[in-house]
Amino acid sequence: MIRFDNVTKLYKHQNSPALRDVSVEVERGEFVFLVGPSGSGKTTFLRLCLKEDKPTSGSVWVAGKDLSKLSSWRVPLLRRQIGTVFQDFRLLPNKSVFGNIAFALEVIGKPRSHIRTVVPEVLEMVGLDGKEKRLPHELSGGEQQRVAIARAFVNRPDILIADEPTGNLDPNTSIGIMKLLDRINRTGTTIVMATHDAHIVDQVRKRVIELGDGEIVRDEARGVYGAAL
Amino acid sequence: MRVRFVLSEVWTGLRRNLTMTLALIITIAVSLALLGAGLLVRQQVAQMKGFWFDKVEVSVFLCTKNSQEPSCTGAVTSGQKQEIAADLEGLAPLVEEVYFETSQEAYDRFQEQFSGSPIAESATPADLGESYRVKLSDPDQYSVITSAFTGRPGVERVDDQKQVLDKLFRLLDGLQAIALGIAVAMLIVTVLLVGNTMRLAAHSRRRETGIMRLVGASKFYIQLPFLLESVIAALIGASLAILAIVGVKIVLVDRFLEPSFQFTPFVGWDSVWQVSFILVGLGVGLAAVAAVLTLRRYLKV
Repeated sequence: MIRFDNVTKLYKHQNSPALRDVSVEVERGEFVFLVGPSGSGKTTFLRLCLKEDKPTSGSVWVAGKDLSKLSSWRVPLLRRQIGTVFQDFRLLPNKSVFGNIAFALEVIGKPRSHIRTVVPEVLEMVGLDGKEKRLPHELSGGEQQRVAIARAFVNRPDILIADEPTGNLDPNTSIGIMKLLDRINRTGTTIVMATHDAHIVDQVRKRVIELGDGEIVRDEARGVYGAAL
Repeated sequence: MRVRFVLSEVWTGLRRNLTMTLALIITIAVSLALLGAGLLVRQQVAQMKGFWFDKVEVSVFLCTKNSQEPSCTGAVTSGQKQEIAADLEGLAPLVEEVYFETSQEAYDRFQEQFSGSPIAESATPADLGESYRVKLSDPDQYSVITSAFTGRPGVERVDDQKQVLDKLFRLLDGLQAIALGIAVAMLIVTVLLVGNTMRLAAHSRRRETGIMRLVGASKFYIQLPFLLESVIAALIGASLAILAIVGVKIVLVDRFLEPSFQFTPFVGWDSVWQVSFILVGLGVGLAAVAAVLTLRRYLKV
């Protein structure tokens, strides 16, 4: 589903690359944790998947396509196949729960009838049915993140990318979010999640890719957060 | 394509940026109104030129027995007259028509023009002399006649009516240049202001546009509301500018100038509509181009 072939990413005005000769493959339907200290290249890895950045060398394949050969007008089509969730939720404060999710469908031109059927479905799935009229500031952090996940998933993307989705949440709420992501993963969606949350990684026991200084230092099938020495 | 969605985005955008939008509308209105005024003055000048130049003549006045000019040695002889007439004929096609005005005709006209004044009573036909009235196919070429006949034996002087009119036209040309100059400066201001407004709008909606990018909205869909905002502002501005020139046409031209100068043709409504069309096109075009150029910089997709 996602393949990096000898990918190096060097940002301008920086001496050491953010990613150095990274080669890795994520299969369809996998759940992968991306761990490592700040500045180890996790976010760069995710940005490359979305074609927010271009690799300096090497190639990135997503959903069977070489992103370097993807023309710029097709990039939006790529992003429709990838849902994204962030630490800071990124909801629109003046739109209701329903409005926030509907927005993601409106801007890609989906008809209203479609929106009226799929938004309640996805709200029920993330456990927010009955709260569609609330505004983001009326919700708890965990609920806001559920809205963000619902928005990322409402298009039924092949891939869900989550950049520290539990970074702003307390441990109990985080577990709820993880259960939700796990449910989404079971529908066949590939999930790549960058995280600092050792507790969660150790509990869930999924594939762990650890980055350090831009290189893959560990790739374990049922890994834990800290390196097993 | 979700028309209602896009329009509601445009409406929120316009409201959120109300002061900038108003500034934009006023600037566009003023610059387009000036431009429209300049264009109308230009048409007015062109129309007046066409009207008057058809009627202007070059007059070759012949010597009378009282003439003081060095080229005159007493009254013009019939031999000199024949030579001048032949030379004028030879200047065809520039010379379209030559009419010989006798002293008596000049006297009659003089009497008519100055009837009742003491000058008319004291003049005699002999004082006024004879002249050739020459009509040119191209009134701008009058200098050909002037240089060919001034100072020639038997010619007292060569008069060109166009020189008088030229002063008036130079004044109008000057006014038009000033109006157009200010209009161009204002249009530059407008383009910069559109750019700035779009930059602010893009900044204040960066959350929305960021999410739109992430969920895979196309570039067109992301930029369209911004583009429409600037085009709508331009349309409102252009409408105000058209109202202004229509007002000027009704109040200044129709009510004031036309009754006062009855023998002058003034710009008609067809010119006003033609200029209005240019204003709308130019306003919308400039706003759209400026918006697209700015958005390319500030709305990365």
